[in-house]
Amino acid sequence: MNVHLYEKIWMWASGLLIVAFLATITVGVAGSALQPPSHVETIDPTRVWNDPRFAKRGATVDEHGATVVLIAMMFAFQPAEVHVPANRPVTFRVTSADVTHGFEIVGTNGNTMVVPGYVSQFTTTFRTPGEYLIVCNEYCGLSHHLMSAKLIVETQP
Amino acid sequence: MTRSDRLSLAHFWVAILAFGAASAMAFMQALSRASLDLPWRSAKMYYLSVTAHGVLMALVFTTFFIMAFGYVVVSRTLDQEPSGMKLAWAGFWIALAGTVMAAATVLAGRATVLYTFYPPLQAHPAFYIGLTLVIVGSWCWGAVMLLSYRSWRAKHRDQPAPLAMHGMMATVIVWFIATIGVAAEVLLQLIPWSLGWTATVDPVLARMLFWYFGHPLVYFWLLPAYVIWYTVLPRVAGGKLFSDPLARLVFVLFILFSTPVGFHHQFMDPGVSAGWKLLHTFLTFAILFPSFITAFTVTASLEVAGRMQGATGLVDWIGKLPWREPLFSSVALSMILFAVGGIGGAINASFGMNAVVHNTAFIQGHFHLTVGSAVALTFMGASYWLLPRLSGRELELGLLARVQPYLWFIGMMLFSFSNHITGLMGMPRRIYDASYGGSTIAAAWKGLTGVSAVGGLFLFASAGFFMLVMIGTGLAGKRTAGGGQPIEWAEPLHPVAAQRTWLDRYWVWTAVAIVLVLIAYAYPLWIHLQMPRFGSPGFKPF
Repeated sequence: MNVHLYEKIWMWASGLLIVAFLATITVGVAGSALQPPSHVETIDPTRVWNDPRFAKRGATVDEHGATVVLIAMMFAFQPAEVHVPANRPVTFRVTSADVTHGFEIVGTNGNTMVVPGYVSQFTTTFRTPGEYLIVCNEYCGLSHHLMSAKLIVETQP
Repeated sequence: MTRSDRLSLAHFWVAILAFGAASAMAFMQALSRASLDLPWRSAKMYYLSVTAHGVLMALVFTTFFIMAFGYVVVSRTLDQEPSGMKLAWAGFWIALAGTVMAAATVLAGRATVLYTFYPPLQAHPAFYIGLTLVIVGSWCWGAVMLLSYRSWRAKHRDQPAPLAMHGMMATVIVWFIATIGVAAEVLLQLIPWSLGWTATVDPVLARMLFWYFGHPLVYFWLLPAYVIWYTVLPRVAGGKLFSDPLARLVFVLFILFSTPVGFHHQFMDPGVSAGWKLLHTFLTFAILFPSFITAFTVTASLEVAGRMQGATGLVDWIGKLPWREPLFSSVALSMILFAVGGIGGAINASFGMNAVVHNTAFIQGHFHLTVGSAVALTFMGASYWLLPRLSGRELELGLLARVQPYLWFIGMMLFSFSNHITGLMGMPRRIYDASYGGSTIAAAWKGLTGVSAVGGLFLFASAGFFMLVMIGTGLAGKRTAGGGQPIEWAEPLHPVAAQRTWLDRYWVWTAVAIVLVLIAYAYPLWIHLQMPRFGSPGFKPF
């Protein structure tokens, strides 16, 4: 195959750019354990309200941080308001009582799908106290755009 | 008119009409997002129109246009009628029946599940059956394409396949591999469930099967556009194709890497472990490579064209190009938009960074630059070029055709850039109203949703111009002597090797592609099926 010199230069440059992209991703994965929410845990979607893992909803705070348990349903999050501490790891555990929903904390990288039959889980730390908007970002029916909740990040004494 | 051109035109018109209907749907959505209170505005209409727009644009317009173009390539590069004309027509009618069935179900409000139709949202069975028929029709087309190639190959043992046909072979192979996923989802899961034969489905399994199909679907759209960029554009620009062998390599790379990448649509999914998502990330970045080569080869071909018109300076060749010619301007502008869209795609595919943009308006901004510009604008430009050659009618309303690509470009810049920004600010995609009960956080998106609506206005005007030119030409274009016109394909700058090479050994490439698919999917699917899982009953919240 006859390849022009400029093409060869271009192909090497493209290849290197792709390697550089992948290197940054690999460094993120290896160095700071950066990964998308990929928790694997199943649950009976028709019985989430009675499941012991989702019986106590809302935030449980201790000195190490907080765990927030939520159920997504058409067209609300239960509970609709959550308080968590700033600068400490917060673990969200979310599942759906009906269709597939999204769970997005607007203005942050807190984002996960909420699929019935599965438990979504991720941990993050909020540096900036204040009020955050949680929205459903996966179409779930005609009132999808009304499905939201409040997250209050509080400064610790 | 030849029998083959009549076949192509039938597909072509279905594509054009689907495009027109889908454009009207889109305009309404853009106005709704900007919270403009129009009298017919309602959540039901909005989500219904999102579904109709997605199905008609992404599945019907593209598929029928590609089928039409495939038959054009067979008849005009292999110099033969497509093999199996009866099968080809059967495919047309099956796909058309499926389109009517699915569209009617959507318009009746019985399938407001969006074009991704994620269960446990449950549409009326006619929606799933209609979509299945569209796919079955496209399989008939794929079979005709393969049979045509085989009969040509039997008579031309040693010749390389014409480049356009090589690209369409890659398209067909990608399509056959990809549609296995959606066929499995619809036939094994959704149809029996929507008919009440099974009570529940596993939504994550459905998403795995859907995205096994959903990403190579974008290459099914893109490869015919690349065929136009490589084999039509250089000629229309007045130049030659810079490199024939690299163009061939590009299509082979797409056969290999189109499919084993679907998990990058599921980065945010529970139930799929991070290791497999990372493997798909690597394969996704591999597929940037052939598009980088394409950017070089096509741009270099345009430079050749400019220099053949007498340009001598560093950049004056750009001014020598035929910017008033609608096919040329459509494709050139679509390439500029695609360059931005491609970089956005690399962001989406970046494993960790995806969390910032997943399911936000960033995504709709992204894919309107790729499928909505690189593909749709190329197909529109190609329509101006193709319709006179197939129908034997001169293009009517040439002024509108000349303006239309620029309107699309401006509209897409406004629409897409504003959506990229609101997406980064966290605005979700596919929402009827972006006010969130007067939330101050959501209020920050307000000005940009207005910009997006203005973009929608430009796009709607552009689509309207396009439809006027198409319908005007089809009904009232002046007939040229002798009916359909010949098609002149771009010549390579350097003569093509007289012997076929390893690049058109399609069985080998298909086999390698299947091995890559197995590596990327077999084990995670098997693990998934071993896990204790609970199905979901259906919901119809529409």
